[in-house]
Amino acid sequence: MNYADLFRVTLPEMALEIASLLVLVVDLAFLRKAALQTRVMSAVLLGVIGCGAAVITLPFQAFGGLTYPGSADVVLSAGGYTAIAQTGILVLTVLTLFLLVGSDFTQHVGEYVAVVLMAATGGMLISAAQDLLVIFVGLELLSLGLYILTAFAKKSGKSAEGAIKYYLFGGMSAAFLLFGFSYLYGLSGSTNLHRMLLGLYGPHAIEVSPLLYMAVVMVAAGLGFKVAAVPFHLWAPDTYEGAPAPAAAFIASVSKVASFALLIGISTAAWHVFDGLHGRVSVSVVSVSVGFHTQQMPVYLGFRNAWQEILIVLALASMVLGNLAALAQTSVRRLLAYSAIAHAGYILLGLAFFSYSSQSAQAIMYYILTYGLTTIGAFGAVAVVERAGGSDRMDAFLGLVKRNRLLAVIMMVLFLSLAGIPPLVGFWAKFNLFAAVLRVYPTGVALGLVALAVAMSAVSLYYYLQVLKRVFVMPAADETPVKSNAVTMAVLVVIALAVVILGCLPGLLQTWMAGFYAGM
Amino acid sequence: MLAWTIYISFAGALVLALLPKGNAALARWIALVLAVAGFAIAIAGFVQDEGLGRVTLVDVPWVASMGIRFTLAADGISRVLVLLTGLAAVAGVLFSWNIETRTNEFFAFFLALIGGVYGVFLSFDLFLLFVFYEIAIVPKYFLIAIWGSTRREYAAMKLALYSFLGSAMVLIGLLAAYAISGSHSTGLVALANANLPVSFQMWAFPLVFVGFGILAGLWPFHTWAPTGHVAAPTAASMLLAGVVMKLGAYGCLRVAIGLFPHGMDAWGWSFAGIGSWRDVFALLAVIGIVYGALVALAQTDFKFVIGYSSVSHMGFVLLGLVTLKQIGVTGAVLQMFSHGVIAGLLFAIVGRIVYERTHTRQLEELEKMHLGRRMPFAAWAFVIAGMASMGLPGFSGFVAELQVLVGAWIAKPWWTAAAGIGIVVGVAYTWRALQKAFFSDRLPTPEEHPKTGWPKFEPITWPEIAGTALLMAATLIVGVYPRVLLDSIEPAVKALLAGGMQ
Repeated sequence: MNYADLFRVTLPEMALEIASLLVLVVDLAFLRKAALQTRVMSAVLLGVIGCGAAVITLPFQAFGGLTYPGSADVVLSAGGYTAIAQTGILVLTVLTLFLLVGSDFTQHVGEYVAVVLMAATGGMLISAAQDLLVIFVGLELLSLGLYILTAFAKKSGKSAEGAIKYYLFGGMSAAFLLFGFSYLYGLSGSTNLHRMLLGLYGPHAIEVSPLLYMAVVMVAAGLGFKVAAVPFHLWAPDTYEGAPAPAAAFIASVSKVASFALLIGISTAAWHVFDGLHGRVSVSVVSVSVGFHTQQMPVYLGFRNAWQEILIVLALASMVLGNLAALAQTSVRRLLAYSAIAHAGYILLGLAFFSYSSQSAQAIMYYILTYGLTTIGAFGAVAVVERAGGSDRMDAFLGLVKRNRLLAVIMMVLFLSLAGIPPLVGFWAKFNLFAAVLRVYPTGVALGLVALAVAMSAVSLYYYLQVLKRVFVMPAADETPVKSNAVTMAVLVVIALAVVILGCLPGLLQTWMAGFYAGM
Repeated sequence: MLAWTIYISFAGALVLALLPKGNAALARWIALVLAVAGFAIAIAGFVQDEGLGRVTLVDVPWVASMGIRFTLAADGISRVLVLLTGLAAVAGVLFSWNIETRTNEFFAFFLALIGGVYGVFLSFDLFLLFVFYEIAIVPKYFLIAIWGSTRREYAAMKLALYSFLGSAMVLIGLLAAYAISGSHSTGLVALANANLPVSFQMWAFPLVFVGFGILAGLWPFHTWAPTGHVAAPTAASMLLAGVVMKLGAYGCLRVAIGLFPHGMDAWGWSFAGIGSWRDVFALLAVIGIVYGALVALAQTDFKFVIGYSSVSHMGFVLLGLVTLKQIGVTGAVLQMFSHGVIAGLLFAIVGRIVYERTHTRQLEELEKMHLGRRMPFAAWAFVIAGMASMGLPGFSGFVAELQVLVGAWIAKPWWTAAAGIGIVVGVAYTWRALQKAFFSDRLPTPEEHPKTGWPKFEPITWPEIAGTALLMAATLIVGVYPRVLLDSIEPAVKALLAGGMQ
């Protein structure tokens, strides 16, 4: 490794960082006297240009990623799921930035956009990271940004409450994560994911140190917090409810994409633990590598089995509790928070029953990217209603179809997509994910859990319809039209169209994703 | 050509959704023209392809990496049901002519539902079939919740959740069949040829059969049907009873029986004469026939009578399907058509012609109104529809139910005996409703007698007459000359029973 390599691999991150500094400088130095909306526009535009530059530099990343000096092991990966996640993060960041236009929760737009871009940088880092230390640094960069963004509406008590809860939970879970990482390092003697997993390998359960289980539980607690998996989800409803809408959309989409990319990274490493070892290892291990991609592993694999078990527990708890708790919500933002927990449960299922081929990774990326897209739209729509009615209660949506027809139709598309109704993209994402699980594990526990997940998504239709019922069926309390910002509406229309088109032609996104794996 | 029924329905839904508010007449005419166009295409397709067996309409790759194709095809069964859908769509638009609130939205949802139904009947790819099946759920919810009556929000939610639960069960079966077959295709033909293991079919068959059966009114999962039918606006109840319940029955036939035939093999042990899933579902169907009829006999709401009669009549369809005999299954498909037409007619008379003028559906109140004399058109239309519903010779119901009963007799005679009770009770409840609603000889008390003479009801309008005539003609034609449909149904059923989809 030298600095030139580092620079080439982190080109997109560099672009984002430069953009974030530029935003700060322009806003603080040149636009101090300008009107708020001018400053918002310039900050958003600079941010978007930064993201655009990062997207453009993505293909120029060094092929194969960044390696340690004198070793073939990777620190930062490139291509594959990393490239998909990074592109996704940048696109979704742009969309959340546009939601800022027209909002007035803060005077400090330069700082806001700069923090968004830095948090996105953290997200890009963890989607590439293959080293425990880099993972931790990237996670903290992302998390600290999110705490600040949550607290950005300084006049709102709920924003402060959400932020402090988020921060306290976040600090705690970071401590757990670091503690778990320290055990993993202690057990294996390496901070590189691949080396570490190889070091943790034991052919029988009896030979695996009990400390491994401790470590896996700790790591799961730390990462489960990031994706809001039950029982580490307690921050999510308050944060989603309190954070300003663009920040909530960012937390619900970009941060989730990055965190799931990290989880894909870990699962991929765990399933590929013997890759590249042929000829150097003893016979027993080689014989294992023959049966890799089937679930009938003849031996115990240390980390992977423990990891799979804990992911199953998290997935089960998140699916059930997220969907059931969402039934009781009266605040649409809290409803979206619990539904996010439920969706995280489905994805964790995909991670627990991972495939040796890239099929699972692609299905999960598909799910989380389209989910992020939809949820940004949902938060944008909620924000419009909130600004008109001052509340995100269900009753604020009464008779929306009479008050703003376009917004009502957009909400129908987005919420039905979240519920998984074809031909919208949410259905296809679910089908693809569950098919990926069953392709590799067609019987037993996996089949039961998929059945439960499908049944739970039937439950979810109830609460999504509760919102749509207020929008379309029930009479309006007051019939004043809901006014909205043109930019916001344009973003929402683009998202809704994307949800419909990607749902009708699911092959588009799939082909695009497969392209990133073609060269690997 | 038949594929265009789907496209024009969805295109029409889109156009109507985009239509500016306040132009109700235009929305109605657009809907009528498109429904008639769909019906015309259905007839033309039916006539053109008669006797051709399975005709592939469209077959293009949809999601290449998963082996999912956009396959539309039609065999005799599909063509008959597409014909029914076209008929129900035209009649539905005619009987919704008086919708004044949010007219364009109403017809947009209506056409979206119709498009989904056409899609299910024409899909020969399981994934595509499922997509259309789910597309049909959402418009139903809004049609009932916005334009319905009597506890409409409750009924709409119940219907949506029951349907979605059923489709979740189907989805599990679909995913598992796709994963286990390993054939990398979701085509119905490919899956039928995939030699799915018997142990898998043994659990997939009941799962998928119940999943679809929920929408077909399979007892004890039928409870959405009466409440949904009663709450729905007339056109929606006509569609619900007329075609949506047939989606469920069609799914049972095409997917559950077509893909998992070994799911009906004997278990190797039996309890009280029940030795396979086939016996279980036959028992449920027979219970549905008798139970639906008995409950219909006790209703005080006119529309609930028709709602429960639907459960009873759909029991015949399901019974016919599980006979697995040529004549029984043919009868079941014919009964789908027949019940679609007759239930549509009954709901139109009760929900539109009578209710929109009397504003009550309580039989006790209708009794006092002497509708037989004051509304002769409705009364005589109901007499004819009632006779068709009882299954008198000369109407389509007779041919259909007779075939089902013969099939059931060949399979297990006691099924026929039990179902026969249902027919007798069917005569009773139809008669009771007919008499109470139209021909009551109860004299009005002096207090009830209006001082200034009985108020006149609004005259019957041309869309009502046209719709009634259309549906009556359909049931009579099929009743008098059933070969017109049987010639299409029989070969298709034969092929399906002989070797799945091959």
